[in-house]
Amino acid sequence: MTLVMIIILLFAGGLVAWLSEYANAGMPRKVTMLTLAVCLLLVFVMVSGAGPGVAAVDGSWFVYLKAEWMPRFGIYFQLGVDGLSLLMVLLTLFLGVMATGAAWSEITERAGFFYFNLLWTLAGVVGVFTALDLLLFFFFWEIMLIPMYLIIAIWGHENKNYAAMKFFIFTQVSGLLMLIAILVLAYFHYLQFGVYSFDYFELSRVRLGNQPEMWVMLGFFFAFATKLPSVPFHSWLPDAHSQAPTAGSVILAGVLLKTGAYGLIRFTLPLFPDASAAFAPVAMSLAAISIIYCAKVAFAQTDIKRLIAYTSVSHMGFVTLGVFAWNIQALQGAVMTMLAHGLSAAALFMLAGGLQHRIHTRNMDEMGGFWAKVPRMAVVALFFSVAALGMPGLGNFVGEFLALLGAFRVNVALTVISAIGLVLASVYSLWVLQRVFQGKFTDGQYSIDTLTDLGRREMVFYGVMMAGLVWMGLYPQSFLNLSAMTLDTLLTGLPR
Amino acid sequence: MNDTITAADLLPLLPLIVTTGVAVLVMLLVAMRRNHTLTCASTITGLGIALIITVLTIEYAPQQVTPLLIIDQFSLFFTVVVLIIAAFIAVFSYPYLYRLHDEVEEFYLLLTVATVGAIVMVSSNHFISAFLGIETLSIALYAMVAYPLHSKDAAKFPLEAGIKYLVLSAVATAVMLFGIALLYSQTGSLTFVNLVQANIEAGVGFTTLALLLIIAGIAFKLSLVPFHIWTPDVYEGAPLPATAFLATTGKAAMFVLLLRFVVDSDALSFPAVVTALSLIAAASMLGGNILALLQSNLKRILAYSSIAHMGYLFVALIAVSGAGAGLGIEAVSFYLLAYIVMSLGAFGISMVVSSSEKEMDFVSDYEGLFWREPWLALLFTAMLLSLAGIPLTIGFMGKFYLVLAGVSGSLWMLLTLLVVGSGIGVYYYLRIIYRMLMPATDITPFKEAGWASIGSYAVLAFLLAILLILGVYPAAVMGLIESVSNIL
Repeated sequence: MTLVMIIILLFAGGLVAWLSEYANAGMPRKVTMLTLAVCLLLVFVMVSGAGPGVAAVDGSWFVYLKAEWMPRFGIYFQLGVDGLSLLMVLLTLFLGVMATGAAWSEITERAGFFYFNLLWTLAGVVGVFTALDLLLFFFFWEIMLIPMYLIIAIWGHENKNYAAMKFFIFTQVSGLLMLIAILVLAYFHYLQFGVYSFDYFELSRVRLGNQPEMWVMLGFFFAFATKLPSVPFHSWLPDAHSQAPTAGSVILAGVLLKTGAYGLIRFTLPLFPDASAAFAPVAMSLAAISIIYCAKVAFAQTDIKRLIAYTSVSHMGFVTLGVFAWNIQALQGAVMTMLAHGLSAAALFMLAGGLQHRIHTRNMDEMGGFWAKVPRMAVVALFFSVAALGMPGLGNFVGEFLALLGAFRVNVALTVISAIGLVLASVYSLWVLQRVFQGKFTDGQYSIDTLTDLGRREMVFYGVMMAGLVWMGLYPQSFLNLSAMTLDTLLTGLPR
Repeated sequence: MNDTITAADLLPLLPLIVTTGVAVLVMLLVAMRRNHTLTCASTITGLGIALIITVLTIEYAPQQVTPLLIIDQFSLFFTVVVLIIAAFIAVFSYPYLYRLHDEVEEFYLLLTVATVGAIVMVSSNHFISAFLGIETLSIALYAMVAYPLHSKDAAKFPLEAGIKYLVLSAVATAVMLFGIALLYSQTGSLTFVNLVQANIEAGVGFTTLALLLIIAGIAFKLSLVPFHIWTPDVYEGAPLPATAFLATTGKAAMFVLLLRFVVDSDALSFPAVVTALSLIAAASMLGGNILALLQSNLKRILAYSSIAHMGYLFVALIAVSGAGAGLGIEAVSFYLLAYIVMSLGAFGISMVVSSSEKEMDFVSDYEGLFWREPWLALLFTAMLLSLAGIPLTIGFMGKFYLVLAGVSGSLWMLLTLLVVGSGIGVYYYLRIIYRMLMPATDITPFKEAGWASIGSYAVLAFLLAILLILGVYPAAVMGLIESVSNIL
């Protein structure tokens, strides 16, 4: 019940934030922050009240509820939280707070509507991470889209229409393919058991032939690979990330990309083990290509946000690699990368966005030598760049290391190629740092007075994220324990 | 079967009789006492009474009344829908025609007569009643489409649209009649007889030819590729209420008739017919969506999008054969309902801001609508998102039904085209939404009809409620449609 309250609160909070703009221009952001804080609190209430093992099939669920929704087709309002979903929901709400902080002074026009869209996107994402009925999952999957489209289309930068439209069409078309796959699965359930069902546990019992299983798996894969994103479906991401406002980029990079990975772990691989195993070499090759190719392309960018966007694709390649290796280390690595990348990419986008807000350009040719002017920002940027390149002691290293370790047991060649990506990551991370903060101070088209250092509020947000990454790097076991519960169950196979 | 109509037969016919009575009443009002408000009010009240009587008639169904009409739950369901559409269109027409200083009341007469035709169409299982219904609806529509508005800024070319529609529709009807005649020559009966069991002497090729001719005529009315050329011009040229009526009742009644014919005659057992239907569906889904990309006139965009939606519906229609028959019928019924709600909403919003003096039918007229009239823009966005098939709307549930029906019929190629078409559709729907989000530059403000529009806003609010409620919690309606579809 608390889970439903969290989702409803996010939806309702959005409406209240929108309406509160008529009362006071500064109200919406406060309402948003309050809503997110309350939701975080409720998450803790939800998990502490019930330890793992409450209801449900395999005893690893914190929360599980199932209510009738559309009995004609056996569709239920079915939600569940286990270790993995819990981590993802926490990441979502945490980054929601960060995004609100990033948008605090940046979004001044139609702020109420902005925070409405922000909260509704987050509500959709929380739903995606907790839905266990496949049609409900699809509902939330699509609900994530429209508010994010509006965020990019209204508050975005110079090319916002193109970027928003591309983002929407890519995700929508791949989502429709997933819808067909879901309905095929439900229909086969009807043929084999006489009744329609969209229940995650019921559908795992459906026996598909080799060919149908491959097609249905591919339907799911297209949707998740577009969201991840994986080469060759990644071209929406650089545009969307660079054109979105800072808060939008934070949510996109930090949270929305993870829904793709989550979908792979929760649905694609457990529901279609044979087809996934057969497809794994292809998927892992695509992952390796993502890692190397996007690292190289990132290196060639002059737009700082576009560069960070390409690095996101590259990092998510590690996640794909880990997921399709399908052993405990690789999966743990994938989960850790998801969490750590969520924080580091969000922070980098906040930095880039903050920079753009100050000097109104994203072009790195016009930047240089900022260290002396904005030392705090430079240090923070150094920290997160170092985190992104995978320095041991910070979360990204744990994730990438585990992913590579697990993938090595499955496919040596691809792992070696992907490991080269670590080298390339160092190259582009330090390259950005060098171009923006070091070197000669170039007189760009901006006034030097606008280049102010990080304020207290921003330092608090960055500080929390830095602490998070250090925690993940030095004591990852606390996270791995939570995800281990889910991953062990998924690896041994769903009850059939 | 008795050759005389008894009192027991008249009871199920009451909806039809009452609606005809309303038409006669409106005609008398036009003759005796011309008053726009009075006529409109009587039309709406009369249709409302017919609606109530229809609901009360349900307990007498199913019954075959004369060999021509079958009054069962399926036909009564769609009779209710048709009556509601007509009432809503009457409500929308009132502020639209408010300032027309000419004969206005005839519009309501034509509307009611067209509704009578539509009711006959949804209740017919005999070619004669089908033809009578089609012609009644069409002839009333010719006049509605060509309705003189005496304004250059309004519906641009009503007369041109009317003539186009008349001539092409006549040709299509003739083709359809030819097909009917061919079938009659072999089966000796004009009812929707099961063609597979009829053992036609002239063979499968002959039957197929006859069926294809009938389908060609029907496909014209449903504005499917390649019989669609009239649609954008007629939609653009006709006055908005006529366009809305054509887009909703014109299509819905025809499709219900087609569905009943296909089910009763088992037409999908002929492979050539299935191939033809598939090709038409594929061409419509692609053609309708692609051609809409080039349009800047809202009415033309909606015209092409209706072509695409009819293409989607055909996918469900093709699934009506074999094991998935029940599901196919449910899918068609639900999607028709969803399509009607969405179309009425989209056209309704245009009607609220337009009048017979000036129609706002360019997308650029709606620029910055979010900042000028936020509630109207929200309504419009909801309708557009529903047309695009986004969840939380009834349009998505309709797509869900369609894809499920397609899956049950293993129509993989068509489903892929459905996805492609939907993807393309998303682009032009979002483009309109984006236009509404842009900051408003120098735009002529909307001229409100004042208090006369209150009814329109109420109807729009109702449609929005239906759209959202049935998008989120459609269980009740799903059950209703399931029970109604099982009758067929």
